[in-house]
Amino acid sequence: MPCILLGDYASFSRLNIPLFLERVSAGFPSPAEDYVEKTLDLNELCIQHPASTFFVRVQGESMVEAGILPEDVLVVDRSLRAKHGDIIIASLESEMTVKQLHLTPPPVRLLPRNPAYQPMIIDADMVLEVFGVVTNVVRSLKRGVSS
Amino acid sequence: MKQVYALVDCNNFYASCEKLFRPDLRETPVVVLSNNDGCVVARSKEAKALGIKMGVPVHHITTEIHQYGIEVFSSNYTLYGDMSRRVMVTLESLAPRVDIYSIDEAFLDLTGIDRVVAFEDFGRQIKDIVYQNVGLPVCVGIAPTRTLAKLANYAAKKYRATGGVVDLTDAARQRRLLARVPVEEVWGVGRKLSAKLQALGIVTALQLADTDLATLRKRFSVVLERTARELNGVPCLPWDDAPPPKKQIMCSRSFGQPLQALSDLEEAVSHFANRATGKLRGGRQYAGELMVFVRTNPFRADVPQYSKSASVRLVSATQDSRVIVQQALTQLRSMYRAGYDYAKAGIMLSELVDETGLQRDMFDLSSANDGKGERSARLMAVMDEINRKSRATICMAREAGPAAYVMRREHLSPAYTTNWSQLPEVR
Repeated sequence: MPCILLGDYASFSRLNIPLFLERVSAGFPSPAEDYVEKTLDLNELCIQHPASTFFVRVQGESMVEAGILPEDVLVVDRSLRAKHGDIIIASLESEMTVKQLHLTPPPVRLLPRNPAYQPMIIDADMVLEVFGVVTNVVRSLKRGVSS
Repeated sequence: MKQVYALVDCNNFYASCEKLFRPDLRETPVVVLSNNDGCVVARSKEAKALGIKMGVPVHHITTEIHQYGIEVFSSNYTLYGDMSRRVMVTLESLAPRVDIYSIDEAFLDLTGIDRVVAFEDFGRQIKDIVYQNVGLPVCVGIAPTRTLAKLANYAAKKYRATGGVVDLTDAARQRRLLARVPVEEVWGVGRKLSAKLQALGIVTALQLADTDLATLRKRFSVVLERTARELNGVPCLPWDDAPPPKKQIMCSRSFGQPLQALSDLEEAVSHFANRATGKLRGGRQYAGELMVFVRTNPFRADVPQYSKSASVRLVSATQDSRVIVQQALTQLRSMYRAGYDYAKAGIMLSELVDETGLQRDMFDLSSANDGKGERSARLMAVMDEINRKSRATICMAREAGPAAYVMRREHLSPAYTTNWSQLPEVR
């Protein structure tokens, strides 16, 4: 699998931008100085709307084929309007569930991404509320486990 | 340009926060209890419809809780605080100026926005965006003064046909609403004041607005005169650029188990005194007066009742925990009577001044001459620093360990938004 190096990581939760207020007046300026842009922050990658972003934890295997495994943390953005094909968190009558939203052709369906699970068809009399759109998956890999 | 304010107020805020993460409770009546699971401090609309009153002690409604399946929650201030922050950040993205008024309401400056979009339409946008982005329902009241904006919000909540948004910028509309609203619903008119007003025949908000201003000032106060002006659409309460410094610091708690022994109360009061003094130092303030109170449980008609408070003026204003704890204990000992089940105690620090308002006592030579004042400040700074790094490590010897006075919170929901181990679970 090809990988692309994005840059140096920053182990800070805040955005850290080096700020140079004055030039150093003695000695040689570092030749790298002009190339410092900023450090990278994972929040930048995962979170567009902090006030609307919630995290949820996955239980169960209904979305394994979408790359969502048990114990994963999902990043959920409430401010996005759910579209056909989005992976969403739905507030159903009894619980919150993660599924893929299918709007066309009607009726509205919530599709699992695991053949062992049944699609959910949303009837006119059912209450379906979209809690938010899943934008990212956060998973800690277990070390030293061979499968 | 004419000033226009919006008051945005979350509907049943605490109950709505609890429901957001519990879709199974969508139609269920929900109540949230005060600290220590004492009284009802928030009700969902279903609980209101059942006639559950605000402030009722939870043990008075045990029958209803079982009969209607009311879901009961302890106050989860971690959750409510985080949700409040999200609402406020969202509002700040919508208006040029936002004044946070309480945990669940804020005033917005909408002056001039009607050049772009009608006030009522903008109100609906605010409501929709807050619900979409944060998940909490709000009502919006829009008016030329803050007092009228409060009333517009009251109408938006009370009358369903408004769809949760009321534009009260039109003068004729203002008078129509004022005529329908009882005077006690006006911002700043409490129950006591409204009883006095009613004795004078002032029953509705409109009657208050139409009362002669000089009469109001003479018979009541300049504050009520200002309220009447505001009801007439004349803004008298400017934006507060900075919130005024705290006038009092209160620290009190109901005990999980009633206390009888003086030594137990001493531990509790020392703890509260130290907590309050910590807050005092956090705000860089000094207290000139302290008040201590103890009381039994007034809802227990079957046990002897006792309620007493005592206050003392401090010779010179201080922020030294040792002085305040010692003074608080002196007050406590003077009013303690054996033979009662004490249910609650607390301390209030008042006459607060900052460093610039500090007056040294000319007879208290010790503080001026031997550097005791400075030594006190250094000791307290060290104590605060250690306690900041690891909470409640150092305390006054009279205090019990911090575990003894933790709140009773039997129905606490998870910290869904602030703790990695308590996230909502999805299947």
